[in-house]
Amino acid sequence: MIDIAIEKELLFATGKGRLQIAFQLEQQKFLTLYGASGAGKTSILRILAGLMTPDKGKIVINGMTWLDTVNKINLAPQKRNIGFLFQDYALFPNMTVQENLLFALKKGQQKNPIKDLIELMDLGALQNRKPTTLSGGQQQRVALARALVQQPKLLLLDEPLSALDGSMRNKLQQYLLKIHRTYQLTTVLVSHDIPEILKTSEEVIVVEQGAIIERGTPSEIFKNQTSFTIKGRIQAIQREAKSVKLTMVVGQEVIDMNVELATAINLSVGDRISVDVLQPIIRKDA
Amino acid sequence: MLDWQPLFLTFKLAFITTILLLIISLPLAYWLAYTKSKAKPIIETLVSMPLVLPPTVLGFYLLLVFSPNSTLGGWLNEHLGVRMVFSFAGLIVGSMIYSLPFMVQPIQAGFAKLSPSLREAAYVLGKSKWTTFRKILLPNINPALLTGIVLAFAHTIGEFGVVLMIGGNIPGKTRVASIAIYDEVESMNYAAANQYSLILFAITFLILLSVYLLNGGYLKSSLLKNSKHD
Repeated sequence: MIDIAIEKELLFATGKGRLQIAFQLEQQKFLTLYGASGAGKTSILRILAGLMTPDKGKIVINGMTWLDTVNKINLAPQKRNIGFLFQDYALFPNMTVQENLLFALKKGQQKNPIKDLIELMDLGALQNRKPTTLSGGQQQRVALARALVQQPKLLLLDEPLSALDGSMRNKLQQYLLKIHRTYQLTTVLVSHDIPEILKTSEEVIVVEQGAIIERGTPSEIFKNQTSFTIKGRIQAIQREAKSVKLTMVVGQEVIDMNVELATAINLSVGDRISVDVLQPIIRKDA
Repeated sequence: MLDWQPLFLTFKLAFITTILLLIISLPLAYWLAYTKSKAKPIIETLVSMPLVLPPTVLGFYLLLVFSPNSTLGGWLNEHLGVRMVFSFAGLIVGSMIYSLPFMVQPIQAGFAKLSPSLREAAYVLGKSKWTTFRKILLPNINPALLTGIVLAFAHTIGEFGVVLMIGGNIPGKTRVASIAIYDEVESMNYAAANQYSLILFAITFLILLSVYLLNGGYLKSSLLKNSKHD
């Protein structure tokens, strides 16, 4: 479990202010820190990682104290065993994909996790390439794999997909969910992309001006938002016991979704449709 | 027949100075690039002073400090048996101070240009500062290192005032090429002065040209890739 309560003087978008937050998070949850740019989300992540030191506070992870300003405990980032994904990927330009992954190994650690990660993240063909020759999405996949080499239990994601275009984002979101489940991670994502949060997260904490103003499930938090639709073309319709499985092509991505029989009755393969992510409403497009 | 000794001495001085400078400049540039210390502007200013200070000023103070009659000079002479004034050892120390900014500034800029997330990514992966420095930072500032090395080397070759002040003109010990040229001109021996000058001109031209070719990406080499993304 994550148990964090910290305070720090910070420079916000609107000027000087105080980051003052406290929250707990159960293991294996997928949490998003949501809020405007400069609200303090990234600072929370960096404080968790040990890349930034708060003025005062306490961080306890699964019973282990990482930070306690009263008792002068402050574990170095090297000792925290976390996975951290940077917005700019932070791949080492002097090393190939494989060397980036090998560098991430702990002293004396077996190479097995690398093999698994290369397979899981579909990096086989890229192993001997240098990061600068890869697309943004490929780079972020490598970075994600690298962050997991040491098999951390906590994965911190600092707007990792914000530099990617739509279809690439979709794909990476699928990868994120896949690794979150496969490795039973506790994941904290910084994002201000609502469709992304709806797709990935179980919980959302809304941060404004350095304070937590709301917490809940994505659908609770965004219930007043107007709709978020994704557009695509139906590739296959498969009838199941009580529902219908729609296979939909969105950009370059293929998404499966289960809808009620009644909803699917007018649809046929090849139809262009819009789907509201919040409420399962499907509209046939011209 | 041209006396090659001054040229030999010049390159020996430049070579030793460059190596020693590299060793002390790497930690210094690293510190300057990443420190949040309030002393940083002071240290930066001191490092840059030789850029604007007349070499004779530097040479004059070195002469005072290293003189056997001074505290430091006397101590060095007595305990280590090293005489810094009018000696090759003194020239090396003088040259190092004189060329310091030419080595430190490119390396510092190289570090500063790297994305901070590279360092942080290595730390989060459990890598020590030393490992990060060796395996991540240094290999990614190759062009800056090359620039620093070459500029310090070339600048040491071109040194005159500091050498004259603390080294004098002792053949085989402190009589480097730039001093020899001055000496030959003083004794109206223009042919010899011209030969030295021409050689220095050609060599420094070639050294600088090679840096621009390498860092500008004009040559197909392993450095090409690095410099492009610097």
